[in-house]
Amino acid sequence: MALPETVAPASDRAARAPAEPGPWRDRLLRVLVPLAILVLVVLVWDWYVRAYAIRPFILPGPFLVAETLVKDWGTLSGALFVTIRITFTALFLALVGGTLLAILLVQSKIVELALFPYAVVLQVTPIVAIAPLILIYVPDTQAAVLLCAFIVTFFPILSNTTQGLKSVDHNLLNLFELYGASRWQTLLLLKIPAAQPYFFAGLKIGGGLALIAAVVAEFAAGSAGAGSGLAFRILESQYRLNIPRLFAGLILLSATGVVIFWMTSLASHLALRRWHESALTRET
Amino acid sequence: MSSTASADPSRRPVVRLEGVTKSFANGTLALDRLTLEVRPGEFLSLLGPSGCGKSTALRIIAGLGQPTAGRVDWPATPHDAGGAPERSIGFVFQEPTLMPWATVFNNVWLPLRLKGRSKASVRDAVMEALERVGLTAFADAYPRELSGGMKMRVSLARALVTRPKLLLMDEPFAALDEITRFKLNNDILQLQAELGWTVVFVTHSVFESVYLSSRIVVMAARPGRVFEEIEVPVPRPRDEAFRTSPDYVALCRQASDALTRAMQAAGREVA
Ligand SMILES: Nc1ncnc2c1ncn2[C@@H]1O[C@H](COP(=O)(O)OP(=O)(O)OP(=O)(O)O)[C@@H](O)[C@H]1O
Ligand SMILES: [Mg+2]
Repeated sequence: MALPETVAPASDRAARAPAEPGPWRDRLLRVLVPLAILVLVVLVWDWYVRAYAIRPFILPGPFLVAETLVKDWGTLSGALFVTIRITFTALFLALVGGTLLAILLVQSKIVELALFPYAVVLQVTPIVAIAPLILIYVPDTQAAVLLCAFIVTFFPILSNTTQGLKSVDHNLLNLFELYGASRWQTLLLLKIPAAQPYFFAGLKIGGGLALIAAVVAEFAAGSAGAGSGLAFRILESQYRLNIPRLFAGLILLSATGVVIFWMTSLASHLALRRWHESALTRET
Repeated sequence: MSSTASADPSRRPVVRLEGVTKSFANGTLALDRLTLEVRPGEFLSLLGPSGCGKSTALRIIAGLGQPTAGRVDWPATPHDAGGAPERSIGFVFQEPTLMPWATVFNNVWLPLRLKGRSKASVRDAVMEALERVGLTAFADAYPRELSGGMKMRVSLARALVTRPKLLLMDEPFAALDEITRFKLNNDILQLQAELGWTVVFVTHSVFESVYLSSRIVVMAARPGRVFEEIEVPVPRPRDEAFRTSPDYVALCRQASDALTRAMQAAGREVA
């Protein structure tokens, strides 16, 4: 801070540094290192299963799991599709619902006082405990699972977005007031942009939770004897001691989780990269 | 003085605070019967120790928060049907207060945008404002790409894009280093000469207030009130030569003494 801040003349712009050097090496490393770890784990796993002659219903080797994945693809892909559909529908509904409710909450103190406690109650009650009830009240299993996933996903998006809409720089609010901004203008031009980082943090959490909730709800539903999502297939494989298929199902589930994480991170990055500290690679 | 002032509309004060009192819910009496006239074309500095109500006074002039008692009049401003004055104010905060998600252009566009003006229709006005602060090349940059002084210039451009008659500045350069500060002081003086602004400038720097002002109002704290007025009858434009002149030194001493007495006065009342 001791050095004077130079008030750069207009011509300085051209002198600004070009894009940071060597982003490619960085990006390549980011892919190669985890990949190398994966290969290593698979090789050790395979070696262990062969060397100690572990039987497949205790721990199947990685290649047997891969084989099962291909062989049972018909059943598994159908189940995967069901789980994905439920997860993304829940996420989408929670996004729309959570954001709209958050906007409503910050518009009026009364609405917030009336609704927010119940949103919290809904959140803190463990979903596994409500699932049996929901399964009774909602006759269609898929709809019941969807409802469970929605409830779980909804809250982080609601609370994060509400927090964001409220954390607007006070001086900026004054500025808007000074220039006679309407409520609508303040919401659109100030509160919503300011809430974006919070919203995306909520989206990332919600995306992960949607999948978890879909699986948990399906476990609950599966024990009731209906369902065809991945979670149900995993349970079923366990009952039949078809451990290779259980592993294949698990792999599909984590792959789905990774893709969701990647998608929400990408959305966040694309929206915030120009201005928010969290998305910046600082050149110093 | 006041009778001739009201006879000639162009000489009427821009804004007049009469017995303005402001107390906050926590019991703080921020302003106690503050009476103050802002004359057209003058550069008025509010100088005072921290907590004496400078910001509060400025915010009340800007219409951000109502006085608890007293009145704020706009004798030279037309009033709308509802009786509210159609003020034309620019406000520069202590921090640049830019929207980090918007480019420099969009930040400067904001006051006009809130009045319903489209981007295309104000392009020239925005670019002209940016040119006045020397930032045309940065129109598409984001605030994070700018230095502290440059951000303050954007803030200034945003305040002047609406062509306000009255510019209110709340310690705008307090966070900047001295070199940038001197540079921006000169810019402000030049802009005031070109655009004919009336300026109310809050500062706690004696040197800054003497350099910039045509009149200095020294305030005392607890409760906030006008303590003393100092005229600075030095013609403009002023430049670096003024900073080293004997006149400047003498005026600084006068202002500094007044400030010291204001602080002692506040201390006595507390004791
Ligand atoms: N919103 C508020 N609620 C309660 N008290 C306040 C509020 N704003 C200001 N005050 C009090 O009013 C007094 C005057 O505050 P003000 O911000 O006007 O001082 P200031 O002269 O601008 O000081 P500084 O030079 O430090 O900015 C202070 O004692 C402060 O604590
Ligand atoms: Mg202040």
